[in-house]
Amino acid sequence: MGIVQTALSGEISRRSFLISATLAGGSLLIGSRIIQPAAAQSQDSFAPNPFIRIPPSGKIEVVVPSAEMGQGVYTGIATLVAEELEVPLDQVQVVAAPADPLRYAHPVLGDQLTGGSVTIRGFWEPMRRAGATARTMLVSAAAREWSVPEASCRAESGNVVHAESGRRLAYGALAAKAAGLPVPENVALKPASEFKLIGKDVPRVDTPAKVNGTAKFGLDAHPAGVKFAAIAISPAFGGTLKDVDDSEALRIKGVRQIVKLSDAVAVVADHTGAARKGLAALKITWDPGPNGDLNSEELERRIEAAVAGEAVVAHNSGDVTAAEATGAKGFDVVYRMPILAHTTMEPMNCTVHARPDSCDVWVGTQAAGRARKTAAEVLGLPVEKVMVHNHLIGGGFGRRLDIDGITMATRVAQHVQGPVQVVWSREEDIRHDSYRYLNLSRLSVKLGADGMPVSWRHRIVGPAIMARFLPIFFKDGVDFDITGGAESPYAIANKRVEYVRHEAPEGMLTGNWRGVGPNRNAPAIEGGIDEAAHLAGRDPVDYRRQLLAGNPRLLAVLNLAAERAGWGTPLDRGRALGVAVLPDFGSFAALVAQIHVDRNGALKVERLVCAADCGIAINPTVLEQQIESGLIYGLSAVLYGRLTMKNGAIVEGNFDDSPVLRINECPPIEVHLVPSTESPGGVGELGTPLVAPALANAIFAATGKRLRDLPIDGSALRGA
Amino acid sequence: MPYALNVNGKSYSVDVDGDIPLLWVVRDVIGLTGTKFGCGIAMCGACTVHLSGQAVRSCITPVEDAANFDITTIEALGDAELGARVQKAWLEEEVVQCGYCQSGQIMSAAALLALNSKPTDEDIDSVMAGNICRCGTYPRIRSAIKLASSREG
Ligand code: FES
Ligand code: FES
Repeated sequence: MGIVQTALSGEISRRSFLISATLAGGSLLIGSRIIQPAAAQSQDSFAPNPFIRIPPSGKIEVVVPSAEMGQGVYTGIATLVAEELEVPLDQVQVVAAPADPLRYAHPVLGDQLTGGSVTIRGFWEPMRRAGATARTMLVSAAAREWSVPEASCRAESGNVVHAESGRRLAYGALAAKAAGLPVPENVALKPASEFKLIGKDVPRVDTPAKVNGTAKFGLDAHPAGVKFAAIAISPAFGGTLKDVDDSEALRIKGVRQIVKLSDAVAVVADHTGAARKGLAALKITWDPGPNGDLNSEELERRIEAAVAGEAVVAHNSGDVTAAEATGAKGFDVVYRMPILAHTTMEPMNCTVHARPDSCDVWVGTQAAGRARKTAAEVLGLPVEKVMVHNHLIGGGFGRRLDIDGITMATRVAQHVQGPVQVVWSREEDIRHDSYRYLNLSRLSVKLGADGMPVSWRHRIVGPAIMARFLPIFFKDGVDFDITGGAESPYAIANKRVEYVRHEAPEGMLTGNWRGVGPNRNAPAIEGGIDEAAHLAGRDPVDYRRQLLAGNPRLLAVLNLAAERAGWGTPLDRGRALGVAVLPDFGSFAALVAQIHVDRNGALKVERLVCAADCGIAINPTVLEQQIESGLIYGLSAVLYGRLTMKNGAIVEGNFDDSPVLRINECPPIEVHLVPSTESPGGVGELGTPLVAPALANAIFAATGKRLRDLPIDGSALRGA
Repeated sequence: MPYALNVNGKSYSVDVDGDIPLLWVVRDVIGLTGTKFGCGIAMCGACTVHLSGQAVRSCITPVEDAANFDITTIEALGDAELGARVQKAWLEEEVVQCGYCQSGQIMSAAALLALNSKPTDEDIDSVMAGNICRCGTYPRIRSAIKLASSREG
């Protein structure tokens, strides 16, 4: 979530504490609480805080509060703890934290959420502190054991060593003694020059199990006695189940039960194959409800009409109206974005065992605390009676920040004896997403006599995600998510960002989509700057340089990407470069895309060159992976992403009619990291927003056609 | 009538309808969950297994058609030299992100290398284009296949 940028600019201290405290309604849920020594000392293990458990024998456990969805957070958090604890990563076992926001809330988000590319930014210091605290106590336990001064002992590779006498004790052997010691208040953290793990390409801890089939995702949770359910949810948003003829389905071998809900029907069976076969045999009649007549044309008409509506001001500097009157020339253009689903590789699924007095939930979620809460609400149980077993996530991208699937699975499980795994088909998954809804940006820019922008007016039209998702980030009518990054990094004296709230039809869930606000705004900002440069007759990189003089980190990545991509070198006809920059998520990045458009208008993306400054790289390889990932996710959307609506339902349903990028279309990608000593920035979403504008700018350079609507419409390039 | 299956060198008898896709039998009946579900229509490759060495999409392979083959899933791929080599290359190139597609990617890659030990970029494209990765690990999949290929032994 780009919104978090606001909370994070500067340091993660006071502001985030306030936010967290507000969220918790005055209870003690503040950012610092989680790093405070909890009274969680168990008998035999040493657990000075909720993140570390050192048993007398066996591996040291690092409890990771965040969900692993591919972003490498298990490796990242374990690295931070292990660095200070002085233990090699292969002696560490990563354990997923249970749902317990009181102990495991993210310091910035104030809830046990994994999203917004803030995980490492939030935990960078607390996790090192947790490791350092444990190490200090272990050293002190050893010193007492040997009756020697603490200063004569040091921690080394999972042992405390007394150099003079050559004695050494493993952490496990010291666990019981350390557990009896007071927890020190202030421990010193290592200077960067002493880092042994941070900054090194240590192998990821989660991957060995992912190449041999033993890794457990939500879909792999098969508690004893589990049944499997296939589900059909009302295709039209807001529709209801009218009638089901289940006679044929019930005759299918392995089918046990049909669960009918107000807006869905599920077939429960011995295995998913029988459940899916049973679902296909149901004769379902839906009442499409209030949206039954809606189609894409109508949704598009509505958002176009909304542009003229009432707006709130999200950012205002200088006097745009006055400046507009003075501008020599300019442009007034509209950028549009389609509806998108997340299409995570692992379709939605959730396993629930609902009992009269308690409940277990097995799921991969980015929002463990909310998962527990919704199950408790459905079943009318206190939250403490719900146990969430969080699993590896087969792709999050923001989808698994929402808990609608968990709510639905619990509603099904309520009618089933024993545990039931509810499995969405790909079609159900795409047709019931938490969508990135339509987005429209109207941009009015005026240039002065020198060709530089004197006024910049950007009106954003789209849904308010935060009003529902994290209301503290919805203030005075401004959604911090959708307006995230919209003020742009460019030094323009008169700037105004306006926001018109425009919601999706009732019943259609909208949510966080990888890249969030910056992803909505980068096409207009970076396209707009390119349009301005063109109007001024200037080179797009040079033009940006001039406007970014006050932003050295962004300027540095722009220069690096341009240099590595060979900016300025003449290219053949049809081939061109396009550029875009992004300062967000606490990081800085620039992308140069090289494309080719042939005589028939066929577009080929030939190369992506990205330069990034993400502060200290905890693990440079993981960082590169994340940037590549974000770029490819963005590219897939830019080339193909578009869902349409008919009769209140999403038309597309699977990879046949809703294609995604495949290996044969994936260009070579270069990632160049700028070394930095700044605190780590976010990386998971950094690449995604850059792709659309870099590509559109390259297409303009190659063909003279300015494409402002996404996805890129290849037919527009014919004859270019 | 139960079907006799040979999976990873073990015999199983499964009492399901013959048209049930092998995927669900392997996952839910036999309990080998390394093989994944992604689309159910042979468009993503997440469910790839080997039938007597050949890569197939288990989501559209009826169990009755699989009964006469030696079925290999990701859990047993590493028992053979080639499979282990591919898995090792995957780790060394740090291919994996969320990992959900990777069982299928690795099964497809191993089948490719078994037929063609020195695949070109085009060979890699034509086989691996059947496997989707939403995390965008494609560039690293390509390097890992080349690395595994270079170590043919
Ligand atoms: S699940 Fe079989 S190809 Fe997608
Ligand atoms: S690694 Fe996540 S889908 Fe491929």
